[in-house]
Amino acid sequence: MKNFKALLLFLTLTLVLAACNFGGDSGGDTSEESTSSEGESGGNKSINLSIASDPPSFHPALATDTTSGAIMASVFEGLTRLDPEGNPEPAMAENIDVSEDGLTYTYTLRDAQWSNGDPVTAQDFEYAWKWALDPENASDYAYQLYYIEGAEAYNSGEGSVDDVAVTAIDDQTLEVNLVNPTPYFDELTAFYTYYPINSTVADENPDWHTDPNGEDYIGNGPFTMENFTSSDEIVLTKNDNYWDAENVALDTVNIDMVESAATALNMYEAGELDYLGSPFNTIDLNALDRFREDGTLNVSDQAGTYMYVFNTQDEVMQNENIRKALTLAIDREGLIENVTKGEQKPATGLVPLTMEGFEEPGDYFESNNIEEAKAALETGLEELGMSDPSELTVALSYNTDEAHAAVAQFIQQGWAENLGIDITLDNAEWQVYLETLDSGEYQVGRYGWLGDFNDPINFLEIFKTDGGNNDTGWTNEEYTQLLNDAAQETDEAARTEMMKEAEEILMSEYPFAPIYFYTNLSVHEDTVQNMQADPLGNVQLKYVDIQE
Amino acid sequence: MIKYIGQRLIYIIIALFIIITATFFLMRLAPGNPFASERAVPPAIQESLNAKYGLDNPWYVQYGEYLLNTVQGDFGTSMKYKYRETNDMIAEGFPISMTLGLEAMFIAVGMGVLIGTIAALFHNKWPDYVMSIVAVIGISVPSFVMASVLQYYLALQAGWFPIAGWNGFIYSILPAVALASTPMAFIAKLTRSSMLEETNSEYVKMAKAKGISKWVVTFKHALRNALLPVVTYLAPLTAGIITGSFVIEEIFAIPGIGKYFVTSITNRDYTVIMGTTVFYSIILLLAVLIVDILYSFIDPRIKLRGGKSSGK
Repeated sequence: MKNFKALLLFLTLTLVLAACNFGGDSGGDTSEESTSSEGESGGNKSINLSIASDPPSFHPALATDTTSGAIMASVFEGLTRLDPEGNPEPAMAENIDVSEDGLTYTYTLRDAQWSNGDPVTAQDFEYAWKWALDPENASDYAYQLYYIEGAEAYNSGEGSVDDVAVTAIDDQTLEVNLVNPTPYFDELTAFYTYYPINSTVADENPDWHTDPNGEDYIGNGPFTMENFTSSDEIVLTKNDNYWDAENVALDTVNIDMVESAATALNMYEAGELDYLGSPFNTIDLNALDRFREDGTLNVSDQAGTYMYVFNTQDEVMQNENIRKALTLAIDREGLIENVTKGEQKPATGLVPLTMEGFEEPGDYFESNNIEEAKAALETGLEELGMSDPSELTVALSYNTDEAHAAVAQFIQQGWAENLGIDITLDNAEWQVYLETLDSGEYQVGRYGWLGDFNDPINFLEIFKTDGGNNDTGWTNEEYTQLLNDAAQETDEAARTEMMKEAEEILMSEYPFAPIYFYTNLSVHEDTVQNMQADPLGNVQLKYVDIQE
Repeated sequence: MIKYIGQRLIYIIIALFIIITATFFLMRLAPGNPFASERAVPPAIQESLNAKYGLDNPWYVQYGEYLLNTVQGDFGTSMKYKYRETNDMIAEGFPISMTLGLEAMFIAVGMGVLIGTIAALFHNKWPDYVMSIVAVIGISVPSFVMASVLQYYLALQAGWFPIAGWNGFIYSILPAVALASTPMAFIAKLTRSSMLEETNSEYVKMAKAKGISKWVVTFKHALRNALLPVVTYLAPLTAGIITGSFVIEEIFAIPGIGKYFVTSITNRDYTVIMGTTVFYSIILLLAVLIVDILYSFIDPRIKLRGGKSSGK
């Protein structure tokens, strides 16, 4: 009986294991086959990367995150593409003609092909941009196209698609009319919301993007999607139809999905991954010191600001002096050295140091100036009718995350010790936290803004009166007017001056406390060349090479 | 027997209905929204998203649709991964989680019973102490710590196993061992104590007196009776292995279903929450039923009858 049972158990197990082919790892098999067959054909350069989870979208107009963005930039290509330093250069467009008033852009497309051999036409761009703006398609990032005349009205459901000023004059010529002269428009056209879609295929199969393995999943970028296995891997192979294929070094890109940073670190150390860091995954915090010591850690400035926003509609936080006291009494250097450890730059302004004209940190206030903070607190308390700091309790909210919690605890301790204020910490899951901020049910809240393009306006716009991302309730007519004027200005220097003036107004009223500017951190194997994140945190796999 | 099973199946359906209802309302009462976005989204887009997923209907219409879709086995498209069907996620992820789970259970039961039996046979001698230490470590070390330790020493330092991934049998060994360690230790403890009880019982003494060899007595007579508590433990073990797999799958980057079960909740991905919850409930309720049926095979004194409990 005992033997019989053991045999039965064994048989069942073997059967089950055989039946599910080790849990349906067929995806892994095909990729191994494809790599080995590539190996036979010779000249095989491949790189192994990892990302945390499935990209939330495979459609360029529906993508909203850096993971999807990194994949999109490999499989698709816009009118322009950012070079390794983050400057736009012509890509699908061979020639870009800008009218004198800076409002009309005429693009002449090069003879480029989709991965199925169709020519890339101006109609593909018109189709893709109008698709993204169609409110039916619910693209979160459609606002990136609002620079185009008629785009905002159509996207908000008020205008008509015919009034969106993007026109394919012929197969090779695309004309775009903008609302305002936009000096960074060439950078925008390199962003994934601006990528083209093969309109012939998309017309026939509107769901082409839901199956990345399907034959209708067609791109025009340096790589094609060879295989996608959910939660497991993505394999990209070089696209021979790409116009600049001779300058693409990699033949295969293997991207594993590894959620845990500690596991990714182990895989990197075992040589199973060639690169760790933004935008694909993060380096385990515990390993940062080690990588810094052995000199392999790459650090570069990123266009991003980590800040605490104040709810200026709140009874206590409406007081400017209290906000000033809290802003000043943060030990930013200590925080970076002991908690975040990523060589971030202490922030005393809103606009990151990667922006032209803003390379020097603003001297709007002195960080960690406890004396001045105490003085401001005293005045503030008086105005609120309180006599002692201990009467004041402030709630600090953040979204649930170990790193954010560590920062909050450090700052909480500083505020409590130096100012004598009682600080309560309060965290919520991301989806809940977003609503908390949006509905203004907070006093001090964590906020991070990563630039979509490397221009100060991308940051300053947050605090515009009707800026949909302004959760502070702070408004200032002069500030909004300055930004509106800057949008009309065609002189580069005058425009920068206006934006600086705007930042000064903003910083003088303390609607938020800047904490640090983000950095890109990465490590890679010695064989990996040209793999460094640009200021927006992108890595273009197009330029990456492997030198044995 | 058949009547008994039929009756149990009806209970399962009632339990499922209660689970679906409770999940639906708890999910909706929880703050947060699947479409909350960091970037400002025009109301027109918010509305069209809600309309697309039927979230603009009154709650009773949504509830009715949920029930209907669940009966048809169609849980809809994920709200976070908008290109993925919940059914596909389960269909692709579950075989992997099940393979891992079965392997872990095989290790837990096999090794657990072996360790427990050895400990009982050498009661109060050194093998007993060694096994006890192993069992205490197994019970007290959480599976995610075990997983990290195994991964670091056996995979990274020694290089005997791959670090993470899921491309064949060798990839499953470390995660299965990590997942099995706690239940294995528990089973060892259970087996040891019930074996001790059995070896001191009259019928074993009788068998020994008749001159039957020690091994036959142990394995043929004592062990069979000693296993009854272990079988009882199998149902909660299934639950433990299924829920424990989330951490293990994350550490070993295994494309199983455990991840969706947890992340769907933080994402407020309503369709996936519903799909995975209903699916897990079915699996667990069936596991309990199967264990109950197993009883009657191991101990013929237990008779399965509908309604009334059977006398011994």
